[in-house]
Formats: sequence, structure tokens, C-alpha cells
Amino acid sequence: MNNFIDAFYLNFIKDERWKYITGGLKTTLTVTFFAVIMGIVLGFLVGVIRSTYDKTGKLKILNALCNVYLTIIRGTPVVVQLLITYFVIFGSVNINKVVVAVIAFGVNSGAYVAEIIRSGIMSVDNGQFEAGRSIGFTYGQTMIHIILPQAFKNVLPALANEFIVLLKETSVAGYIALEDLTKGGDIIRSRTFNAFMPLIGVAIIYLLMVMIFSYFVKCLERRLRNSEH
Amino acid sequence: MNTNYINGQPLIQVTDLVKSFGELDALGGVSTDIYEGDVVFVVGPSGSGKSTFLRCLNRLEEPTGGKILFEGIDITDPKTDIDKHRQKMGMVFQQFNLFPHMTIMKNLTIGPMKLQDKSKEEAETEAMRLLERVGLADRANAYPSQLSGGQKQRIAIVRALCMKPDVMLFDEPTSALDPEMVGEVLSVMRDLAEEKMTMVVVTHEMAFAKEVANRVLFMAEGKIVEENAPKEFFEHPKTDRLQNFLSKVL
Ligand SMILES: Nc1ncnc2c1ncn2[C@@H]1O[C@H](COP(=O)(O)OP(=O)(O)O)[C@@H](O)[C@H]1O
Ligand SMILES: [Mg+2]
Repeated sequence: MNNFIDAFYLNFIKDERWKYITGGLKTTLTVTFFAVIMGIVLGFLVGVIRSTYDKTGKLKILNALCNVYLTIIRGTPVVVQLLITYFVIFGSVNINKVVVAVIAFGVNSGAYVAEIIRSGIMSVDNGQFEAGRSIGFTYGQTMIHIILPQAFKNVLPALANEFIVLLKETSVAGYIALEDLTKGGDIIRSRTFNAFMPLIGVAIIYLLMVMIFSYFVKCLERRLRNSEH
Repeated sequence: MNTNYINGQPLIQVTDLVKSFGELDALGGVSTDIYEGDVVFVVGPSGSGKSTFLRCLNRLEEPTGGKILFEGIDITDPKTDIDKHRQKMGMVFQQFNLFPHMTIMKNLTIGPMKLQDKSKEEAETEAMRLLERVGLADRANAYPSQLSGGQKQRIAIVRALCMKPDVMLFDEPTSALDPEMVGEVLSVMRDLAEEKMTMVVVTHEMAFAKEVANRVLFMAEGKIVEENAPKEFFEHPKTDRLQNFLSKVL
């Protein structure tokens, strides 16, 4: 027991080392939060463009561009994308690493969100489209008022899952020397030469965040399922 | 109604309407005139192009050829704002197609509010008035999944009526219903016909057609084979095809 307390003191209390954890956690949450927003916006746009092309044959060029984006993002590792964003795309400009990470992870997530949104749109019965159009709604109005709300509900679990993946994926941010939660734990390890305590600590924090998030999603899903519509 | 429309002209004038799905000609040249107050029923065997004909009238299907004048305007012209005209053409589907994520009231008011600049109060007052007429005022705050099939279809009719259309298109409105619910929907349609609403109705309800229609069209293989006033149509069919069809369905 004393060993444990000593190790805990050494890794987290001495020299205010806990600040690596709290600072890292703040960075991880910041990057995840803004990347999620960017992923949703990008994913909605790409998902709507792709399903518009599927349904109507319109937006051919935009659809082709989206396909290139999806192929590249889903065909390469996120670490490589992060490194390219930092060292190639923003290689010659002085830019905050948090911003770089948000862009890299947001663009990455957008590709996965896009396919989720597209499958959600395609899962809504075509009769809904026809009913909307027959009232006199334009394609866009039908999408916004009638299709997307139903599509969103259908894919909520898949979206939630994507954000859990994203939260964990930001742990590679250390590749561009961004001090996120994982990097924070690793810095402690390199100072104290004690691997167990900081790394298990970091793992527990990720696990807790994922469990809390999953719990809220379950509540939301249950509410959606129980509401009659 | 728009200013191009002259009284006495057909409300809808269909000329040589053609619709192909790839190799298949679903409509092979259909021409007919529908006048204000007409109640036109379309009957015929399954796959004869009845739905395609109806859906071309509001361009839910894009016609391959021919011309449709609605209130004097060529709505097959790609330059016409079809969304504007669709507001004047109510459509009722076999599968109801109510919006499941909205209350009945929202289903009824979203069109008038978003497309016709009606205030919430105006739209709801009108919706309530129509709901009362079809006996569903107490379901205004329910969701579609809480209604029976017959109730859903009556709401779908009201949803179309809330847009104040000049014509109502019905595609087999009772075919998805349990037999005991058919009557309540037909009764709403009968009331509409009595109020001189212009209607085009695809149906298999022959007795209803005979009672309510002022003209019946018989379609087979993408063409109008015979058309007549209901009494003549059902009692003295001229073509073998129609005689044959009627002998099977009556
Ligand atoms: N979207 C479509 N794609 C391909 N073929 C279709 C489509 N819609 C209808 N058809 C075909 O067109 C013909 C007429 O169909 P339809 O108008 O639905 O007939 P009805 O309503 O009289 O039963 C049928 O042979 C049908 O298979
Ligand atoms: Mg049909």
C-alpha cells in the first residue's frame, strides 16, 4: 500500500506532475470538441451532396470531388494525415498545433460522418421525399424539414460511435508534439521512469470519458425510441 | 388560380404524354382534358400506367414526351417553377406518407407556413377547421404512428387540402387499408366531389367510381383505351378489353 502511495505521489503530486494530465486532458477535449463540430458540418455537406447525386443524378462534379475526398481519407492512416497536415500543408506557416490537430481530425472524421449521414438519408422511405415535393417544397426544403430530421434520428447511434472513435484517435496527437492526455502521461513516464502509474491513469481517464458519453447516448436513444414517433 | 387561365378552358390539358423507363414505355401517348369540377376516375389492370399518368401530372415522374398544360401553363417546360404549381395540385398516396416525426398539426401546417407565408395561427385555424370536417380534431397533437390507416389517409387528404389546391390527385387511396377503414376515406372523397373539387382518382373501387365520377378512363398498356360517363362506361363498355376487365373486377 505504501508503495502505491509513493508511486502515486511521485507520478502525480511531486513537481505538480498532475498538471501534465489536466493540461493534456484539456487539449484532448478541445481538439475532440472542435473536430467533432468540423466533422459534423463537413460530413453533413458531403453526405447530402452524395445522396443528392444518388437520388437525382445532379451535382456530378461535386460528387466526384467528394468521392476523391472519401477515398483518400478512408484509405490512409490518420497519423499520416496528421503529419501531412502539420509538416506539409502548414509546414511553412507558424500555426497553433491545436488548430492543426482540429483540422486534421475534423477532416478525417468528416469522411466517416458523411457516409453515416448518407446511409441515414437513403434509409428514409422515398415516399417521404415524394410527399414533401408534392406539397411544393423544393428539394432543399424537403431535405431540411423532412428527410434530415428522420435520417439524423436513424443514425444517432452510429454518429455517437464515430465520436467515441474520434476521442480515442486524438491520442496520436503526440506525433506533432501536441501535449494531449496521452502525451501528458508519457511525459510523466519519461520523467519518473515509472510506466504503470501514468499510463494506467491515462487509460482510466479515457475509459471514464467513453463510458460517460456512452451512457448519455443510451439515454438519448431510449428517449427517441420511447417517444411514439 | 393564375391569370393565364381562362374560364372554360381545361384545367389540365394532357397532349400525347409519353413516359419511358429505359426500354419500357409506361405511357405511350396519352391525351385528355380535365375541366374544373371534373371528377375523373382512372381504372385499369395493374401495370397499365395509371400511377405513372397521375405522377406525371405533377411531375413526380418527369415525362419523356408530350405536353401538360395546367391552368394554361406548360408545366413540362423545364423552365416553369414546378414547385409553385405543385402547391396547387394536392396529392394523396397509397401509403399515406405522413411525416412521422411531426404531430398531425405540424404535418398540416408546415406547408402553408413555409410556402404560403401563413402565420402559425392562420395555418392552425384552417387545419383545425378541416380536421373537424373529417372528424379528427381530437387527434391534432397525436403523431402519425398513433393513428389507424383510415385516420392516416384522412389526414393525408387534409394535408393536401391545407394548401388550397385547385385539383386533387389520388393514387389508390384505399388500397393499403383494412376493408373496414375504406368507407371513412371514401366518404371524405365523396364530400370533396360534392363540393366540386376537381379530382383525378386512380382506384380499384369500381362501385365508388360509378357513384362519384363524372368521367371514367380505362387504361391498358400505357394508353387510354376507352373513356365515358360512368353509367355508359360500366353498363355498356364498347371495347373487348374493357368488357374483359370489367367482367373480372365487378
Ligand atoms: N420507377 C420506375 N422504374 C421502372 N419502371 C417503372 C417505374 N415505375 C413504373 N414502372 C413500370 O411502368 C409500368 C406502369 O406502372 P404503373 O404506372 O405503376 O402502373 P399501375 O399504376 O397502373 O399499376 C409498369 O410496367 C411498371 O413496372
Ligand atoms: Mg399504381
